[in-house]
Amino acid sequence: MTTIAAKRRTAPGTGQQSHVIADSVTMLRRNLLHMLRYPGLSVFTIVGPVVLLLFFVFVFGGTLGAGLPGADPAGGREAYVAYVMPGILLLTIAGSAGGIATTVSMDMTEGITARFRTMAISRAAVLAGHVLGNTIQAIIAVVLVLGVGLLIGFRPTAGFVEWISAAGLIVLIAYAISWLGVAMGMQAKSAETASNLPLVLTFLPFLSSGFVPTESMPEWLQWFAQYQPFTPFIEAIRGLLLGTPLGWSPVLAIGWCVVLVVAGYAWSMAIYERKSVR
Amino acid sequence: MNTPAIEVRGLRKSYGAKAVLDDVDLTVDAGTVTALLGPNGAGKTTTVHILSTLVRPDGGTALVNGCDVVRNPDGVRAAIGLTGQFSAVDRLLTGEENLLLMARLRHLGAKRSKTRVAELLEQFDLVEAARKPLATYSGGMQRRLDLAMTLVSAPSVIFLDEPTTGLDPRSRHTMWDIVRSLVADGTTVLLTTQYLDEADELADRIAVLDGGRLVAEGTPDELKRLVPGGHIRLRFADAARLDAASRLLGESARDDAGLSLTVPSDGGVGTLRTVLDRLDTANLEVDDLSIHTPDLDDVFFALTGRVETKGTES
Repeated sequence: MTTIAAKRRTAPGTGQQSHVIADSVTMLRRNLLHMLRYPGLSVFTIVGPVVLLLFFVFVFGGTLGAGLPGADPAGGREAYVAYVMPGILLLTIAGSAGGIATTVSMDMTEGITARFRTMAISRAAVLAGHVLGNTIQAIIAVVLVLGVGLLIGFRPTAGFVEWISAAGLIVLIAYAISWLGVAMGMQAKSAETASNLPLVLTFLPFLSSGFVPTESMPEWLQWFAQYQPFTPFIEAIRGLLLGTPLGWSPVLAIGWCVVLVVAGYAWSMAIYERKSVR
Repeated sequence: MNTPAIEVRGLRKSYGAKAVLDDVDLTVDAGTVTALLGPNGAGKTTTVHILSTLVRPDGGTALVNGCDVVRNPDGVRAAIGLTGQFSAVDRLLTGEENLLLMARLRHLGAKRSKTRVAELLEQFDLVEAARKPLATYSGGMQRRLDLAMTLVSAPSVIFLDEPTTGLDPRSRHTMWDIVRSLVADGTTVLLTTQYLDEADELADRIAVLDGGRLVAEGTPDELKRLVPGGHIRLRFADAARLDAASRLLGESARDDAGLSLTVPSDGGVGTLRTVLDRLDTANLEVDDLSIHTPDLDDVFFALTGRVETKGTES
């Protein structure tokens, strides 16, 4: 045990602000490693939506599909697979917020986070590592859930441009929801309660045009369903994949994403600054 | 090396109505070891947390390597390393991955990172465990990894918050060796401890904190002169005898519940004989007698006149 310290001495005040991106990548790498080592939460974010998809298609699908406007009552189930798929994909993204909130909340109580705070790492990089990690995880989940959809008869009509646009929008939505999930995890008092707040997010796809047309809802609910972010998200994805009318939904969806990113970022940064060590 | 590595003036911090630090001054010269000695709740950890930019002070100034902890925290962060009481390791990664994470965050570059990590694994005797999950590490191993992570970038100022609390005697001595070799390389170390012997072993200077105030500061020898060899503890059969002995011996602290009396002593046979002679002359029978060499309790007794040093952690 000799010569522990290397010869280099860090000079005081060396500019460290330029490392935000490099540090974000390092933090992302750390989070991806966590997911690979402990895939429990990740598996859950995929299994949940798949079970719901099968449930909705094979249990409710015949009846719900027959009730869709302009649907052939005999081909209800096939019509419903097409109708419900965008909603299930968005549910997959919304569900990932619970996982990231739990992860972030646990991480905040770890000593390693206190160590990060004593190092010249940008605060944004620590959070961005979580956000990017969850975005990647949500995208993988969406792809797998989509694969199951294709297996049970989902037939998108999208061309190349539509697929690229839909993929881009999915990434953007996953990124926005991840920021919100991180903020909710920061807000939570303990890891046990961290997934409570994001649970609200997983209800939103049900209260949108994802599972039944909003026109079939009572008026007060219709109003809520039409103005909450998941309806434009779902309508935009549905329009891109299945050729239904897009209208303003892509613009609204992107607008909502920007709002959610800014809100989630500001919220989580504010808490990060406030929360001190134990 | 004219600027001190750490310079603290009039530092204040309170949580609610409770003052945790009350007007603390402290100077640590570059390349030296200073021990912050005190019981739980004295403000040691708070001091270290302020100096390592984890906690904002309410008043006063604190400079580390000439950088103000409030106005230029990133300047401070670039120069320091902290190993706290709580394990600051990533428990989901292996030891090697933890060190690599630190190397990346310190921007050592791929090649230097690798060699530095290999070096540290070797020096801290963690080569065999390098690729194992932390769950398999013993307390001593985790603490060594923790410190190795702090040292990845060879910081010039290192804070060690109770580095040996909870370690077995062997790990404790290993930790002491590590601290000594750090200092040999010119690193400035500020460590907190509850043990006088630890401060005595490692520190060039000792600052004694009590209830958020600095009650003494000096070299270990200077401090030990305040505690000239510990005390004699006498236990009596009843309160009446305790009363009588207390009056007789004057300068002593009594513990009514334990029916015992603590008399300062220089540890020599002379003092002991004097005390026993005086008790004998007064016909006071002693139930039990024990001799204590100086420890933190005695430093506190000498400095504050109180025997009790137990408090609550801040």
